[in-house]
Amino acid sequence: MSLDLLTYLFIGGSFALYIGIAIWARAGSTKEFYVAGGGVPPIANGMATAADWMSAASFISLAGLVSFIGRDGAAYLMGWTGGYVLLAMLLAPYLRKFGKFTVPDFVGDRYYSTFARIVAVVCTIVISFTYVAGQMRGVGIVFSRYLHVDINTGVIVGMAIVFFYAVLGGMKGITYTQVAQYCVLILAFMVPAIFMSMQITGHFLPQLGLGATLDSGMSVLATLDKLSVDLGFAEYTAGKKSTIDIFCLTAALMAGTAGLPHVIVRFFTVPRVKDARTSAGWALIFIAILYTTVPGVAGFGRVNLIQTINGTDEANVGTEYAKMPGWFKNWENAGLLGWHDYNGDGKVQYSAGAAFAGGKPAFDGDARGAYGERAVTNALTNPAPAAGAPFANEVYVDRDIMVLANPEIAQLPNWVIALVAAGAVAAALSTAAGLLLVISTAIAHDLMKTCINPDITEKQELMYARIAAIVAICIAGYFGINPPGFVAQVVALAFGLASSSVFPVIVMGIFNSRMNKEGAIAGMIVGLGSTMAYMIYFTFMGGSKDDLFLGISTGGFGFVGMILNFIVAYVVSMMTPPPPAEIQEIVENIRVPRGAGVAHAH
Amino acid sequence: MSTSSQDNASAYWAENLRIIMTYLSIWFVVSFVGGILFVDQLNAIPFFGFPLGFWIDQQGAIFIYVALIWMYAYSMNKLDEKYDVHE
Repeated sequence: MSLDLLTYLFIGGSFALYIGIAIWARAGSTKEFYVAGGGVPPIANGMATAADWMSAASFISLAGLVSFIGRDGAAYLMGWTGGYVLLAMLLAPYLRKFGKFTVPDFVGDRYYSTFARIVAVVCTIVISFTYVAGQMRGVGIVFSRYLHVDINTGVIVGMAIVFFYAVLGGMKGITYTQVAQYCVLILAFMVPAIFMSMQITGHFLPQLGLGATLDSGMSVLATLDKLSVDLGFAEYTAGKKSTIDIFCLTAALMAGTAGLPHVIVRFFTVPRVKDARTSAGWALIFIAILYTTVPGVAGFGRVNLIQTINGTDEANVGTEYAKMPGWFKNWENAGLLGWHDYNGDGKVQYSAGAAFAGGKPAFDGDARGAYGERAVTNALTNPAPAAGAPFANEVYVDRDIMVLANPEIAQLPNWVIALVAAGAVAAALSTAAGLLLVISTAIAHDLMKTCINPDITEKQELMYARIAAIVAICIAGYFGINPPGFVAQVVALAFGLASSSVFPVIVMGIFNSRMNKEGAIAGMIVGLGSTMAYMIYFTFMGGSKDDLFLGISTGGFGFVGMILNFIVAYVVSMMTPPPPAEIQEIVENIRVPRGAGVAHAH
Repeated sequence: MSTSSQDNASAYWAENLRIIMTYLSIWFVVSFVGGILFVDQLNAIPFFGFPLGFWIDQQGAIFIYVALIWMYAYSMNKLDEKYDVHE
């Protein structure tokens, strides 16, 4: 069967499955809409959490990122998994015992303050929107590459599917759809990884394959180090960023992960406190299956990429463009690869250094060069080889194509390629749905019901939730079609916000019964304010790298913001009166598991 | 709330904190001390074809996180029963 037909079958089949589940699991009450009735078994909840958490970024971009930055990629691998340890031990069981629907519920009630609640609502909405825009874009890229439709059409199809099951099914529909999506995405990630590991190392498991010794007598990692150094890149297993920067980035990603509202809310859906703990354990097992495979995929993909382009024969450096495999031209057509023949030998050569002015190729419409390659308008004039590289780099490879192109680079069968496309869509849709639900809950429940008009009926609240979900889908779709040029920075902002505000404020609410409204609000303002100011100054206002605080990049500053939040909150709370007795009683109560009951409304 | 049940609750909470501190220290040492601060020193040690520091960084830490959460859940379930606060 042709690749196109297979891809339509796999993606179409998975969509039919999701819609079927959505119809089966329609939500009838706000409780079902917000927290799936609070009765999801821990394994299913763990799977749903894993699908919710693993976004287009984890599925499509993470392996590419690790592949291109080598060991420093560990900040993301550890940051995005280590956060679950914090979540399981410091937040999930207590928030489950607290037993309301949302993060703003906890912040507002614990700190007896509408202002604190509104800050939490705003954080929730900003974090979720920045995230969801990237998901819609991911769906668009997969559709445009594999189904040959316009990116915009792809985004609209994705919106329609999410609309159907998020608006209809609420949390209940989303949870059970995510269970199915997890199965699709993990299969789609593991199958090509196992194929590649077998091809390159003979090991079945990519986790072990990365440590294997090749026929050449060198280990995979030593081969990678040598290939990298020969081409002028840094050693693959050596770090490039400063230790303090990596330290802060990892810590900020961990605290940010634990503080992301769409992850926290998953622990409101299980029946008991005990289940919140095991549910985090299951979630991390399901996440770890993918995350521990990522370094293998990254390493094998890098070896394959370099050897396919430059050839394995050292005397014959580069492959003629005419002989490049189909994937190279396909991704060139999709705009994620670019080549310009600087030395005029008709061969493609890859090494360290930028191949185009400003980094990315600017394509000259559909114009073609001498060999049939896409013409660019920003070619360099007589580029010199980068330091340590044997020749000037002629190729731009977008990091994001690593996972999607891997099956083609490794010449795997067509059904594997179709499966990967379906998996990428599943990863993007499951995360988008979870985020949209959090946004609609924040608007209908935290804003309309709790802050503006407490008298609305459950039916009206459900209607507001559905309207908010529709509006949120349209806004997300708009950002998917017209992506802001700074998606990566905005995602860093989301983690910065979560680690400098949501995470510390909840931890203090549970572990310090003396913490009062004044302390929490002052802490949030200082944490949020310093982190946002730092990110905005260094990302958008041209702050010079030499001025960075201790050399900490913007992504890692959320950790500093979190420390500031803790200190300010503690000092201010000691100078102001303790919280009222009934609040201290809430804290005593959430510390003991018994009597959680089902999640309830006010 | 009677005095004895309050004593019971604070003893439960103190033990709970001790359990969390124990596991989080392991979490910190693995991620930050092993995976970041001393990664270059650990890289001198070979480990099944990996430099040890690199392995902890990219795979080992994640396996340990999974183990930590399950050990925590197990310890807490036992603690809940000991103080008779389980559901």
